[in-house]
Amino acid sequence: MVRALLLAFALCLSLSGADAQTADQSPPETLQTVLQRHADEVANPGRRSVSVVIEDLVASGQPNVATFLERWQDKGVFQRSSDGLFFYAKRQGSEYALTDMSTGDSAGTAAADMITEIRPNGGVRRVIGAALVQFQLSDPDPARRVAALDAISRSPDADQIEPLRASIDGEQDPELKRRKERLAGHLRARFGETTEDRIDAISALSSDLDVATRSVLNLILTTTSEVAAKLPEGVNVARVLKVGSDIPEAEAYARLVAADLAPRPVSDDEIKAALTANIREGRVGGLPVGQLGSRESRENAYDALAAQGAVPARVTAEIRTAALSSNVFYDAYADRDPQVTDAARTALDEVEARVARYQMIDIGMDALSLASIYFLAAIGLAITFGVMGVINMAHGEFIMMGAYTGYVVQLFIPDYTISLLVALPLAFAVTFGAGVAMERLVIRHLYHRPLETLLATFGISIALQQLAKNIFGTQARPLTSPGWLDGAWVINDVVQIANIRIAIFVLALIFLGLILFVLKRTRLGLEVRSVTQNPGMAASMGINPDRINMLTFGLGSGIAGIAGVAIGLYAKVTSEMGADYIVQSFMTVVVGGVGNVWGTLAGASLIGGLQKGIEWFNPSNTLAAQTYMILFIILFIQFRPKGIVALKGRAAGD
Amino acid sequence: MKQGFLSKNPSVLWFLAALGFFTLCVTVLSEAAGIGLISTSFVKTLGKTLCLCLVAVAMDVVWGYCGILSLGHFAFFGIGGYAIGMWLMYARTEIIVVKSLSAAAIPPTPEEITASVGQQIFGVVGATDFPWLWAFADSLFLQLLMVVLVPGLLALVFGWLAFRSRVTGVYLSILTQAMTLALSLYLFQNDSGLRGNNGLSGLQNIPGFEQTPQALISVWFFWASALALALGYVLFAWVVSGKMGSVVRGIRDNESRVRFLGYHVETYKLFVFTLTAVASGIAGALYYPQAGIINPAEIAPIASIYLAVWVAIGGRGRLYGAVLGAALVSLLSSWFTGGGAPNIPLGFYTIQWTDWWLVLLGLSFVAVTLFFPKGIGGLFDLIVRKGDQK
Amino acid sequence: MIRGGVCSRPATKQKRCGGIPRRIRVLRPGFGMPRHNGMDYMISKLSITALATTALVGLASAAAAQDCPIKVGVLHSLSGTMAISETTLKDTMLMLIEKQNAAGGVLGCQLEAVVKDPASDWPLFAEKARELISNDGVDVTFGSWTSSSRKAVLPILEELNALYFYPVQYEGEESSRNVFYTGAAPNQQAIPAVDYFLEELGVEKFALLGTDYVYPRTTNRILESYLKEKGIAAEDIFVNYTPFGQSDWATIVADVVALGADGKQVGVISTINGDANIGFYKELAAANVSADDIPVVAFSVGEEELSGLDTSNLVGHLAAWNYFMTADTPANAEFIEAWHAFIGDDMRVTNDPMEAHYIGFNMWVNAVEAAGTTDVDAVREAMWGQEFPNLTGGTAVMGTNHHLSKPVLIGEIRADGQFDIISQTEPVEGDAWTDFLPESAVLTSDWKDLGCGMYNTQTETCVQMKSNY
Repeated sequence: MVRALLLAFALCLSLSGADAQTADQSPPETLQTVLQRHADEVANPGRRSVSVVIEDLVASGQPNVATFLERWQDKGVFQRSSDGLFFYAKRQGSEYALTDMSTGDSAGTAAADMITEIRPNGGVRRVIGAALVQFQLSDPDPARRVAALDAISRSPDADQIEPLRASIDGEQDPELKRRKERLAGHLRARFGETTEDRIDAISALSSDLDVATRSVLNLILTTTSEVAAKLPEGVNVARVLKVGSDIPEAEAYARLVAADLAPRPVSDDEIKAALTANIREGRVGGLPVGQLGSRESRENAYDALAAQGAVPARVTAEIRTAALSSNVFYDAYADRDPQVTDAARTALDEVEARVARYQMIDIGMDALSLASIYFLAAIGLAITFGVMGVINMAHGEFIMMGAYTGYVVQLFIPDYTISLLVALPLAFAVTFGAGVAMERLVIRHLYHRPLETLLATFGISIALQQLAKNIFGTQARPLTSPGWLDGAWVINDVVQIANIRIAIFVLALIFLGLILFVLKRTRLGLEVRSVTQNPGMAASMGINPDRINMLTFGLGSGIAGIAGVAIGLYAKVTSEMGADYIVQSFMTVVVGGVGNVWGTLAGASLIGGLQKGIEWFNPSNTLAAQTYMILFIILFIQFRPKGIVALKGRAAGD
Repeated sequence: MKQGFLSKNPSVLWFLAALGFFTLCVTVLSEAAGIGLISTSFVKTLGKTLCLCLVAVAMDVVWGYCGILSLGHFAFFGIGGYAIGMWLMYARTEIIVVKSLSAAAIPPTPEEITASVGQQIFGVVGATDFPWLWAFADSLFLQLLMVVLVPGLLALVFGWLAFRSRVTGVYLSILTQAMTLALSLYLFQNDSGLRGNNGLSGLQNIPGFEQTPQALISVWFFWASALALALGYVLFAWVVSGKMGSVVRGIRDNESRVRFLGYHVETYKLFVFTLTAVASGIAGALYYPQAGIINPAEIAPIASIYLAVWVAIGGRGRLYGAVLGAALVSLLSSWFTGGGAPNIPLGFYTIQWTDWWLVLLGLSFVAVTLFFPKGIGGLFDLIVRKGDQK
Repeated sequence: MIRGGVCSRPATKQKRCGGIPRRIRVLRPGFGMPRHNGMDYMISKLSITALATTALVGLASAAAAQDCPIKVGVLHSLSGTMAISETTLKDTMLMLIEKQNAAGGVLGCQLEAVVKDPASDWPLFAEKARELISNDGVDVTFGSWTSSSRKAVLPILEELNALYFYPVQYEGEESSRNVFYTGAAPNQQAIPAVDYFLEELGVEKFALLGTDYVYPRTTNRILESYLKEKGIAAEDIFVNYTPFGQSDWATIVADVVALGADGKQVGVISTINGDANIGFYKELAAANVSADDIPVVAFSVGEEELSGLDTSNLVGHLAAWNYFMTADTPANAEFIEAWHAFIGDDMRVTNDPMEAHYIGFNMWVNAVEAAGTTDVDAVREAMWGQEFPNLTGGTAVMGTNHHLSKPVLIGEIRADGQFDIISQTEPVEGDAWTDFLPESAVLTSDWKDLGCGMYNTQTETCVQMKSNY
């Protein structure tokens, strides 16, 4: 027993001795030994401190450093708790299969609670990415090259110019080559050796407009706010600020105080504290305490105290004005070279002018997209309300039914493309049926009482909403768009629009065409128009008004169902989604002009455009945009009660 | 003249008698009277119901008698609540602030008081300064004036614009709906100066009556609500009777014909619209101190639609119908949704009224509009007529 | 210890031993099946437990206070916009109460849950709270999600001297005598998250996006002030508020992307609430904004909110909470298992406010046992200094300012809708009044020694005893 213990002890000694030896003699250094030197930092890396490890790793010249960095970045490195060694690991059932980092051999398995996953955070991952650049720039895998370029654009650095330039010639992929050249230009503009080189690079930038270019120029033009008694020599001044117009007085004075160029003003609270501290026998500064209930008397009392020298004097308006006028406030460029900053300023102005133009286009496209959503939501209403004159408050619930139909279809058909193709006609069928049923059971009894139609359909609306809640619950349900609708159509860095919005726009166009076609070019359309204009006469011509009303209402409802699928794809599916659109939809139809599909289009465009326009003026408050838009609509209807496209003559009716 | 009016309208006297009896019963049975058979929260509920009845009566006049389906009358109700709420909040906070500041060694300045009150009220929305809307908040009299003036003016301007352009029928309904939507969206903004989504709260605490128990305050407000309803009922009954009432009803039935007869239709409509708006504002000013809090969700468009539904179910064109509809539907729905109604087990599925009540309510709207266009009031007519035949 | 001897406890105790343990009584049964939103409004006007029986309620409540079972009010919206989040909390409470009853109840009494549905309507919160306290005679209430609803309930609680547990992260600037805040104050969620942005991600420009209500407004105001203190210029802070349920995010996302034009690292701090997040994240994904370019840290997005979302495009975005479901402790595993068993669905997630209720409820149980009564003032005093183990490890302590001390966790969204915990601090004490707003920095709350929730340390006076609501 004793012997065994001794043996074990000896073994330990010899092992630790061996360890010490290897450490002393150093040679067979492996990735693992480098990592063990920084074990804590590797396991819990921080953005600011991790660079030490990375530098050491790169300097070690180990062959697997790049692989390790990549795995580390992707949360693929694990630490074994028993001995603190690092491994690559993969989950296999309840256990993890470990891989040795140097050899790539299997290193056995470990239970989940025996190893810890190392999770570098986003900041660390970016540092690792920057370190990986040199390994990845000429990597045969294009994905790695892209990663390297991403890393450069995220954290540009003067050291990267050379490797980047060196990799340009060997680049085969023309797209990547162009990107590398642009990135090299960006780096040159910021970190170029000579003024000429930089100006050259900067002027090349003026034809771009992406965010990266603008950020390069803005970084060159970084300024600091300064104040001095006189404009100093040798400073690259961006502009001199005029107190009052360029910079508010209070702020300017605060800067003076911060720069120790003026005495600190005494605040109201400080006055109060000083007075409280100097109360003597119920009086302070010659005034009884009871009289200090106004600002003026407090200031007087304080001044009296100041005259006694008990407190520092107040900063009077004269002192303030004098201090402000005897100092210069200016912004200075961090970059000392005026030629470079001038060139950058010119380039940036050009870029920004172009950006502003494209922004208008972008806003226009957003407005168009919003208009098409409103149009799609309202077009069914344009038929039921506009053509037939039926107020259908349950229209929003038909939209909701369509969206839920899409959701249910996705439950049964997992392929998103096919399910969408099934959902669209099915949503039409479901809401068509619901619309026809509603028309038969309720609305046809109320054709001569439009206000009561409103009430009855409102009743149906709340019943349907509650039914949806009882069936589907209150949780928002996912309606996932197929992969090819993800992403966006990127025209340039400023103008881009989500594919799903384009799809909705196209859908809106198709429906516009379809409805115009049905109403103007088909037998049904002719009959619909005749029934709405004069049901009695139409009936005597052999048209069955009941049938036509039923079909028209069904058509309007069916389109609402399809709109529901589209809206569900871009936003969310809840039982209340219909209610979100119903008031907007009515306003769209009313503003556009009742009884005319073109009117609905005009109304939707006006409302969409207006909302985006107001948002553009006041970007931080979306609610205000909606409020002002509604106010505008109220006023608009006062002056054009029949809407934009008003019917004339007998068809206008009342 | 008054005498003549009442004798022509015996239903008004019946109504007043019933209301008086009801008020007496509630007072005697309340906690304030010591019996406590009706809890304080139920007294508040009943008081609020009376306020709702008053708006419903106003709605009945504007819709049932004048034919304007306004889907925005709850906006006026809300404005009344906000107007009184501003004073309640300001005065309550001022008392607290003055008390706290007077603990300091030197007396507070008016600026300090205003700043502290502002910080207490607007701290929750990330501001400290008083918006201009609150200019009169320190005066109860002026804010009470606001309760009447603001809804009145808004109705006057809105109505003048709308009626002048001959916006009628469903267009007008949608326009009034847009008005209340715009107002509620505006108030939802935190920058609106009325504390955004939070609204004004703690309104049940009446400044100056900190020590008075809520049991007593609730009864006071119940009385005030009953009085307001009584006065409103008499006023509107007077408006819709006599010559004025005939013109108003004429406008409902055929506007053009009344115009051709030489009446200035717009003026009549504007008068009715504005008067009912003012009544709604007063009802709101009495309602919200009982509810304790007002926020913009209260004036969302849905609220005004419900108002129309109450009147429709109670019976349009009858003032007592509006009262019945408002009281019945709102009390019933709280009974059903509060878990009061027993569930119905069907074996395979249990109907829980909390989930199904709305479906029932929605379908009953449909049934009422289809089969009983005159609402519950219409049933009375049937009974009365049967009695006559006998 | 208590189980055997309950019936022989001295008669001075408020609670007497009830005979038969009753079933949990739920007035609003069923989860996930709430009512129509529009109805909220109508119920708000008039709501009573039962029209026919109300007259008797006053009598009944007087008797109830002397009797077993101990009633626990649950005031979470089961319908309307907040139902999505709050229904889960109601179920959590029912689970905790059931578990406690199985373990013998409290003071030998069974607990009875009284559930009311305030339907996401603030006035209705006030009304239902009054009903719970004065008609149903509950001894404690667990409830609310939004700050607005809490502010609506406050005056009632203080008027009737009732006990309330609020489980959600909130904006602070409040400390009521009658409320225990088991969610995070800003210094337990927002400030650490911003520190993480500044320190670890090197963010130099901030977009503060929020839904337009009190929590985002106040939190953003605190953060703005904090960021300025940290040297971030005013023009590098972009603030935007959107209405509840906003769905059109294209312009706002484009604005945020454009913020990067001056070469500074942009980060988004999101206090966007509820449904609106779905559209926001969808638009972010559509605009191809990855977490490496513009990280988003959300204060209102947890496991529950992500469960309705395809998260593959959101991987790497962040959330800050005091709890994540992925926390690797035995207590958490047990809690999740119990939750799955209770709700009968293994796919259901757990989240931070659930943990807050778990801690709050257990602390209350312990405080009642310690006080030997359910009397509000006695329990309140027993609550101070209560300790209970967190689900994430360590121990939560209830401070005398009615806030908990808890560790702050930062998680990265994974593809499966869960979070990788990438940072966990030491326990942080909740601060009722923030240090980063000048008018609040002088305030402190201490109900034990100062007996005041809003104490001005400069003038050394209690500003007010009741809360400002």
